[in-house]
Amino acid sequence: MKPFQYIRPTRLKDAIEAVASNPNARYIAGGTNLIDLMKRGIVSPEKLVDINGLPLKKIEKKTGFLRIGALALNSEVAQHRLVLENHPLLAQALNAGASGQLRNMATVGGNILQRTRCPYFYDPVFPCNKRKPGTGCGALEGINRTHAIFGLSENDPAQSCIAVHPSDFCVALSALDATVLVVGTKGERRIAFGDFHRLPGNSPDLDANLEKDELILAVEIPDAVFTKHVHYLKIRDRASYAFALVSVAAALDLENNRIKAARLALGGVAHKPWRLFEAEKALVGQPVSETTFQKAAELAMPSAKAFAHNAYKLKLVPNAIVQALKSAAALV
Amino acid sequence: MDEFPDGVSRPGDDHQEDRRFFLKQSLAIAGLTFAPVSFLQAAELDTPIDPADKVKIALTINGTQRRLSIDPRSTLLDLLREQLGLTGTKKGCDFGQCGACTVHIDGQRTLSCLSFAVMQQGRKITTVEGLSNGTQLHPLQEAFIKHDGFQCGYCTPGQLMSAVSCIREGHASSEAEIQEYMSGNLCRCGAYPNIVKAILDVKTGGDPV
Repeated sequence: MKPFQYIRPTRLKDAIEAVASNPNARYIAGGTNLIDLMKRGIVSPEKLVDINGLPLKKIEKKTGFLRIGALALNSEVAQHRLVLENHPLLAQALNAGASGQLRNMATVGGNILQRTRCPYFYDPVFPCNKRKPGTGCGALEGINRTHAIFGLSENDPAQSCIAVHPSDFCVALSALDATVLVVGTKGERRIAFGDFHRLPGNSPDLDANLEKDELILAVEIPDAVFTKHVHYLKIRDRASYAFALVSVAAALDLENNRIKAARLALGGVAHKPWRLFEAEKALVGQPVSETTFQKAAELAMPSAKAFAHNAYKLKLVPNAIVQALKSAAALV
Repeated sequence: MDEFPDGVSRPGDDHQEDRRFFLKQSLAIAGLTFAPVSFLQAAELDTPIDPADKVKIALTINGTQRRLSIDPRSTLLDLLREQLGLTGTKKGCDFGQCGACTVHIDGQRTLSCLSFAVMQQGRKITTVEGLSNGTQLHPLQEAFIKHDGFQCGYCTPGQLMSAVSCIREGHASSEAEIQEYMSGNLCRCGAYPNIVKAILDVKTGGDPV
């Protein structure tokens, strides 16, 4: 690992200035992804700015939304009373991710900013447009079993990236219309969750619409009616402690066996959490039934495109959507 | 560098000399807790980075306070094994995928291979060496022996540290729950069923962990 300077500021301003003033400086919080990347030489910061001394851990109910501080640990969020009462889907998604040890280390901000787990990104022997723009994509003609089927670049695939975003938490945040509160040298701003992560386009090295010096302060989840009929379904190669092949965050508001409101988002299928607005719209006003869910699931699929090894996702995705909706509605 | 030599103080020692040493150390450490940042000021200067540059930290390992000069690149795992000779904590994958390096930081199970030692200023670390009470084994260590919860033993220290947390966190009420909450600890010998039995045994036995 290349040498780096380490500082631990206790004032937000000092942390931001430290990163803004050095192009090779990076924030570090839980470190579960960054240290991994540093060990492999994928990322080599000159300076690490440890933000664990900043007061960003609070989980609090505000008027109209729940605010979760960027330094709250995944395990703390998953068992917090306010989260369980207001947004149980978030707790389900967090508990589906990583392991007991990693959830005790990983923070909310770091979870949102974690990098893809595409094996070609992690292996410097292979070309990778995300790691080194312009070198090509190892996955395109390689083993692409875990890769994206949605949101693919229509320009030049050779310049692009078919990696998927690995977070479970972000799939639930996407479904719940969260907002990300960030701060940088130019001040604070709020970014709608759907606009936070990027599709690869022709600059897949950028995962998020975030300036380099900007730091996540919190995520804010608007008050919602999705407290009862929610389900996070994660399909993976082993029963626990693996990234999603496909995951579905499903939330329903039901009245007299009819759907008043619905939220659906997918994980493991695109460069960012993949929200299904059309399918959601199709569910509203419909009776709770498997037929209703199947029709909605079909609406998710027209834009999908498979590669040599991930065509199974074309079938798995609609099946998983139906299953997640059935579980959310407690439809046996 | 010798301004803060790698030193050890043992709160239980009765010797006068050791007590004086302890008091001096305690005062220095108490000062540190009020100003942890100034302690790290040396690294804050924008000077060229020398790979030999070390940072001074103070932390508690298995109840013993230690003041150390460390390379910022050193993981907690390497600090424990290479610098302090605490080789009970194992290096399996070194990339956060196997759980062999699990230790407790401030009572919470974490992966020492994905933790920089320099970030542990003021924290309390417990390793598998700190689990037993002298020669008296921890109830989970006894249970692992009773239920044959290991074969080669390489993953066992991590399994034990994780198992303690699994019970303390309240996630050991059934075999299925234990399987889910122990999934971060891999065992290539496949001792999983016996590990689960050992944890369930301790949990239902009600012994404090």
